[in-house]
Amino acid sequence: MTTRSEKLMDLSTAISTFVSDGCHLSIGGFTVNRNPMAAVYEIIRQKKRKIHLYAHSNGQGVDELVGGGCVDRIEIAYGGNGRFAPTCIRFKRAVQEGSLLVEDYSNYQMTLRFLAGAMGVPCLPTRSSLGTDIFNKWGFSRELREQDPKLPNEKMVAADNPFGGWADTEKLVFVPAINPDVTIIHVQQADELGTSQIQGLPMADVEQAKAAKHLIVTCEKLVSSHEMKSQSDANQIPHFCVDAVVHVPGGAYPTACYNYYDYDPMFLNDYKKFASDDAMFAKYLNEYIHLVKNHQERLDIAGEERLAVIAADPRTGYAVNLDRK
Amino acid sequence: MDDYTLRELMTIAAARQINDGAIIFCGTGISMVAAMAAKHINAPNSTIFFETGAIDSVLEELPLAVADPRVMYYTAVNGGLIDSFGYMQNRKTGKQVVGVIGAAQIDCYGNLNSTVIGDYHKPKVRFSGSGGACDVASFVDNSIIFMQHEKRKFVNKVDYLTSPGWLDGGDSRERAGLPGKGPSKVITNMAIMGFDKVTRKMVLENYYPGITPEKILENMEFEVDISQASELSPPTRDEIKILREKCDPQGLIIGR
Repeated sequence: MTTRSEKLMDLSTAISTFVSDGCHLSIGGFTVNRNPMAAVYEIIRQKKRKIHLYAHSNGQGVDELVGGGCVDRIEIAYGGNGRFAPTCIRFKRAVQEGSLLVEDYSNYQMTLRFLAGAMGVPCLPTRSSLGTDIFNKWGFSRELREQDPKLPNEKMVAADNPFGGWADTEKLVFVPAINPDVTIIHVQQADELGTSQIQGLPMADVEQAKAAKHLIVTCEKLVSSHEMKSQSDANQIPHFCVDAVVHVPGGAYPTACYNYYDYDPMFLNDYKKFASDDAMFAKYLNEYIHLVKNHQERLDIAGEERLAVIAADPRTGYAVNLDRK
Repeated sequence: MDDYTLRELMTIAAARQINDGAIIFCGTGISMVAAMAAKHINAPNSTIFFETGAIDSVLEELPLAVADPRVMYYTAVNGGLIDSFGYMQNRKTGKQVVGVIGAAQIDCYGNLNSTVIGDYHKPKVRFSGSGGACDVASFVDNSIIFMQHEKRKFVNKVDYLTSPGWLDGGDSRERAGLPGKGPSKVITNMAIMGFDKVTRKMVLENYYPGITPEKILENMEFEVDISQASELSPPTRDEIKILREKCDPQGLIIGR
């Protein structure tokens, strides 16, 4: 039985304990929202390598992990960051250079795969992608799949509806479960035991969290178990799913955290410039990540003024009239 | 009204396709503005939802991504991805869903590529990938596709088939086992295209004022039937006013 003090830890300890070279990792969030960025930066800082990454539509987190040289293989539905990067820039480069191996699924398929992992079943059915190259073309060869015991031998499998033509369906596509070695999510509120509350949209974080062998939760606000239990209708993840709780205010920055802060459009525009040039990107990694001790120091680079501009308005949960050009 | 851009007309053209009461699935960019325009102009009882799970967001400000916190405020329900794709297949709600999607390449059957240019294993250009587009295109009965009208985008064969259209035409989509129907319209910065009821091949329905059917053909690799095409009526003053003032006042997506 894990005690409170064992779960509550600093970020550096959580990453060095649960994230290892070559591990199968999934991160929560979606494009410009609630990516566990403090953890992403710590993984880059600790120079983790050869990670097998699972994501559905993570933008910034995926791009920085790929750009930071941490990822060899990725299973993904969407590598974009809204208007800031229709295709994530370092992701695009890495695929075109051949340094990142990609397996493409759709968003629903990735979500079903996490759900299957969370349910403890080997696969779940859908009808999405029949007749497409998502079904027909494999990014990972059969050989690679057979060599890695953590991967199923098939990307996905089509089969006749086992219930005959029941529900007017002849054919189904079965997508395989994902059980990452570790999932990392950033939430608005958690207690020391790990019970977690996501405000705004949970995306697929809950499925990703419950599918993982180990779960790291970083949170904006660490509250008492009494406070969590008195808001139980708003909580999604029970304590027994969680292995590490890390209190990191601003932990999703520069992506948004609903009710706390917006995404930082100025930084995301700067990032676009840094990421588009190898020399500038190397300088960026050094100055913004490697030479920075922890996430607080990263927030100090952004500065109080910038953080005040993106602070969430209490009525809407985002920064009203923020200049997003 | 003649003071408008083709990008504005394309947005209005898409908005006009949406019936009142529809459940509109939209992605980022121009599709989001078109959905907002439909709601403000011709389909006030429609509901906008996003794959991220936000249902009926008030959208006081234009979101720049489907996970933008602006989609989360004042919604009917903030669900998850697992719910949103369910609404597209659910026997009650699925039939009412209109999907609005875009892509890098399209072929004459409305099959879309948003994954790579060149060979999948050694791509010349890598794009974002499907996101939810393949799911929407697989599930719903009514989808609208946004495209820029360029020869390199309207191609004989897509380099990678990310989102299914009418596949090889005829009844091939049904035979493949896909549930929904193929795309209903393709809306570009020059024209509105539909699909033949039997062959499922793309046909020209309307060309925009100032654009000839010949110019449209010059900007496509494949031929389409132009014999039934007519000129589209220009946007009204009201449509443009609502688009500029209510949908994208900062010009973040429609420009200016």
